[in-house]
Amino acid sequence: MESYEIIDHTYDVVVVGAGGAGLRATFGMAQEGLKTACITKVFPTRSHTVAAQGGVGAALDNMGEGDNWKFHMYDTVKGSDWLGDQDAIEYMCRNAIPSIIELEHFGVPFSRTEEGKIYQRPFGGHTLDFGKRMAKRACAAADRTGHAILHTLYQQSLRANAEFYIEYFAIDLIMDDEGACRGVMAIDLATGKIHRFRAHQTVLATGGYGRAYFSCTSAHTCTGDGGGMVVRAGLPMQDLEFVQFHPTGIYGSGCLITEGARGEGGYLTNSEGERFMERYAPTAKDLASRDVVSRAMTIEINEGRGVGAQKDHIFLHLEHLDPDVLALRLPGISETAKIFAGVDVTKEPIPVLPTVHYNMGGIPTNYHGEVLSPTKDDPDRVCPGLMAIGEAACVSVHGANRLGTNSLLDIVVFGRAAAFRAKETVRPGEPHKPLPSDAGEFAIARLDKMRHAKGGTKTAEIRLDMQRAMQQHAAVFRTTELMQEGVKKIQDVAGALPDIGIADRSLIWNSDLVEALELENLMTQAVITLTSADLRHESRGAHAHEDHPDRDDENWMKHTVMWLDDKYKHKVMYRDVHMYTLSNEVEVVPPVARVY
Amino acid sequence: MAEFSLPANSKVKIGNTHKAPEGAKRVKAFKIYRYDPDSGQNPRVDTYEIDLDECGPMVLDALIKIKNEVDTTVTFRRSCREGICGSCAMNIDGTNTLACLKSIDEVKDDVKIYPLPHMPVVKDLVPDLTRPYAQLASIEPWLKTKSPLPPTDEERRQSPEEREKLDGLWECVLCFCCSTSCPSYWWNGDRYLGPAILLQAYRWIADSRDEYTGERLDQLEDPFRLYRCHTIMNCTKTCPKGLNPAKAIGEIKKLMVQRM
Repeated sequence: MESYEIIDHTYDVVVVGAGGAGLRATFGMAQEGLKTACITKVFPTRSHTVAAQGGVGAALDNMGEGDNWKFHMYDTVKGSDWLGDQDAIEYMCRNAIPSIIELEHFGVPFSRTEEGKIYQRPFGGHTLDFGKRMAKRACAAADRTGHAILHTLYQQSLRANAEFYIEYFAIDLIMDDEGACRGVMAIDLATGKIHRFRAHQTVLATGGYGRAYFSCTSAHTCTGDGGGMVVRAGLPMQDLEFVQFHPTGIYGSGCLITEGARGEGGYLTNSEGERFMERYAPTAKDLASRDVVSRAMTIEINEGRGVGAQKDHIFLHLEHLDPDVLALRLPGISETAKIFAGVDVTKEPIPVLPTVHYNMGGIPTNYHGEVLSPTKDDPDRVCPGLMAIGEAACVSVHGANRLGTNSLLDIVVFGRAAAFRAKETVRPGEPHKPLPSDAGEFAIARLDKMRHAKGGTKTAEIRLDMQRAMQQHAAVFRTTELMQEGVKKIQDVAGALPDIGIADRSLIWNSDLVEALELENLMTQAVITLTSADLRHESRGAHAHEDHPDRDDENWMKHTVMWLDDKYKHKVMYRDVHMYTLSNEVEVVPPVARVY
Repeated sequence: MAEFSLPANSKVKIGNTHKAPEGAKRVKAFKIYRYDPDSGQNPRVDTYEIDLDECGPMVLDALIKIKNEVDTTVTFRRSCREGICGSCAMNIDGTNTLACLKSIDEVKDDVKIYPLPHMPVVKDLVPDLTRPYAQLASIEPWLKTKSPLPPTDEERRQSPEEREKLDGLWECVLCFCCSTSCPSYWWNGDRYLGPAILLQAYRWIADSRDEYTGERLDQLEDPFRLYRCHTIMNCTKTCPKGLNPAKAIGEIKKLMVQRM
C-alpha cells in the first residue's frame, strides 16, 4: 500500500453531514462552547434537506382550530403503526413548538397568515381530537420549506463561526478496543489528503440510503454513508425493512410532488376518473398516511385501473385549484411538473407513482441522539462517543411509517437535542486519551484498495443490479417468496463487489472512487433491508406482507436490530418498543386497529 | 497591433472520441471539457456519442450515462437532479445553467459542456467556488435584529405583504450561474461581490424582520462591492431558477440614492 499523508485534527465534537440535522447540531454545539467541526461531502446548502417541500409539523395552532402537541403525538404514534418509541415521540412533538418558533427567530422565510403568523397547511395523517378531523399543522415556506430551513441553518452556522470541512468524504469511524468511537477518517476531495478527526463525540448526520433503489425521490448523494460506517464498525442497524414510498413521485423521473399539494386540495384519480381514496380511507381520503395511500394506488394499478398507455400510474389533480393559490402556495412543484412531466398544473393532472422516499429505520439511538449498541441484557446500552441524528438515525419516532412533515421536524428537534446532550457529556477542551496505534488504518486500507480496484465490473453495473433487486423485492407489497428470492439475489449482487473496477486513479476530486465507496455503504443497507423484511412475519406500516396481512402486536411489536459482517452475513436481535412516555402529562397511546 | 492568446498550458486541445454503439438510431454528440490536474497535460475536449433513445431527457442524464457506462473518469458535481440543490451548474451550449434542468432537445447542435466560466477549474466540470462562498459569508447573511427576541413560544409577526417582498430572493440555490456569467465579475471578481451575493444581500435588506439595513448598506457602499454592476443583465438572463438578481441590485442602488 502506498503511504498517504495524514493530517490530524482534534475537536470536542465532529459532526458528519451538513443537512438540517447536521447543521442544527453543529452550530448548537459551537454555541455551547464546544470546539466543533462539520465534515460534509457536499457544500451544506446542497444537502438533500433542501428538497423537502411541504412543511414542518408543529402544533402551533396558528390556524385557530385548537391544535395541541398531544394530538400531534397521537397522530405520530398511529402513523408509526405502534412501532415508534413513545418517549421519543413525546419528546419530538412537545419540543416541536419551541424548535419551530426558534427557526422563525433564526430567519426562516415562512409563509404567513393574515395575522402575520406562520402559515400552516393540512398534511397526511395529521388530525385534531385524536383522529376526528384533519389538522392544519404543517408550517410552510410555500412548497420549498426544506430549502428555507436548510439555508437558514447554514446562515446560523456562519453566524456561529462553526468550522466546516466541505467536500470531505468520511470513510470510516475510528473505534477503540473498548467499542467506543474516537473519531472519523475522511478524505479531502480537492486534494486527496487523508484527515484524521479525533473527537469526544462523533455525530453521524449522513441522511438516508434512498439510492439503494432504482426509482427514488432521494438525491444521488443519499447513499447511507453513516449506516455503512456503523455496520463496518460492528454496530447494528434498526428497522431497515421500513422504507417509505411517497405516493406522488413524478412518473418516470421520480421527482417529488409534495403531499402539501393534496393538503391544498389536490386529489388522486384512477383510469375511471374515480377518487379512489374515498374507498380506502373514508375520513382522511387523499390525506391518509403515506403507506396507506401508496398501497391504495398500487392496488388500483394492479387491478387494471392505472392511467396512461401502460395503465401503470395514477393522476394527481390540481387543475381545479385557484391559479393564485397554486402560484402562492405551490410554485415549486408547478415548475417541477412542467419541467419533468411536461404538465401545466393549472390545466392537466400530474402523472404520479409511489416512489421510494424515506428510511424510517437507521442507526438506533435514544432520544438524546446517542447511538445504541444493544445487548440482550441491556437493549438500551449506549455506544460511547457516537451519536446519530436525522434520517441516518432511528430514534425511533417514525416507527413503521413516517408522517409527512415529521422528517423536517425530526432533524431540527434531534439536531438540537444532540447539542444539548453534547453540552452535558463533553467538557470543552477536555483532554483526549491517546488514540489506538492503528487508528484509521482500516479506513486507509479500504480507500487504497478501492482506489486501485482493477476488477471487471463497473460500479454503475453493480449499483444497477442492487437497485433493480431492491425495487423488485422490497417494494410496496411483499410476499415470502418475493423476499426470499430477493435475499438470495442481493447476496449475489453483494458478492460481485470484490470484482469492482474503477478507472480514475487520481487523488484529486476522484468521484469514480467516491461512487464505489458509496456503493459499499448502500450495499450494507440493501442487504439488511431485505433480510430484515424477510424475517418480519406481519404487516405493519410500510411493511405490507401479503402472506401475513395483519399486524401482529403479540409477536412483532418490536424493533429489528441487525448486524452484518464483512461477508454480508447477518445477526439479528429484537428490542421492545418503548411503550412509555417521558412525563405524566400524557398517557401511552395503546395499540388499536389503524383506520383513516 | 497587440496579439492576445491563452498561455500555452491553457490551450484546449481536441481529445478522444467515444463512438455511439452500433445500431444507435438517435445519436447526439456531447463535447465535454476535460482537465486532469494530475496529468500535467492541457485541457481537452472529449466527444461522447450517445443514443438518445437510451438516455433520459436532461443533459445531466447524459452526463450520468457517460460516467456510468462509457468513461467513469468524467468528473462533475450533481446531487438532487431536480434543480433545487444547485450542484450541477455548468456552461451548456454557451449558457450557464443547471444540467438537471436543461433538456437535451433544447440544444440544436452538438452539446458542448464546459465548467462555469472564469473560475479556477479543479478537475473537468468542477470549478473551485471558494471565493463566492467566502463572499457569501462576508455579507453576514443571517437575520440581524436590535429589538429583544420575542418569547420562545411566539414568532415574530410579518404580514403576507411584507413576506411577499422576499419572493424571488430567498429561492436562490447558490449555483452561481449568474455571477460566473457576469463580465464585471469575471474582471473584478476579487472585489466585486457579483449578482448571486448581492441578491442574498438584498434578501436581508428586504426582510421586514431585519433591523440592520443601514449597516448592510454601509457595507455595500463601495466602488467595487456593489457598483461594479453595470446593468449588463447576463445574471437575469441566465438564472436557471428564473430569478432576477439585476433587479435586486437595482433596488440596492435605489436605496443608496434614497439615503443620500
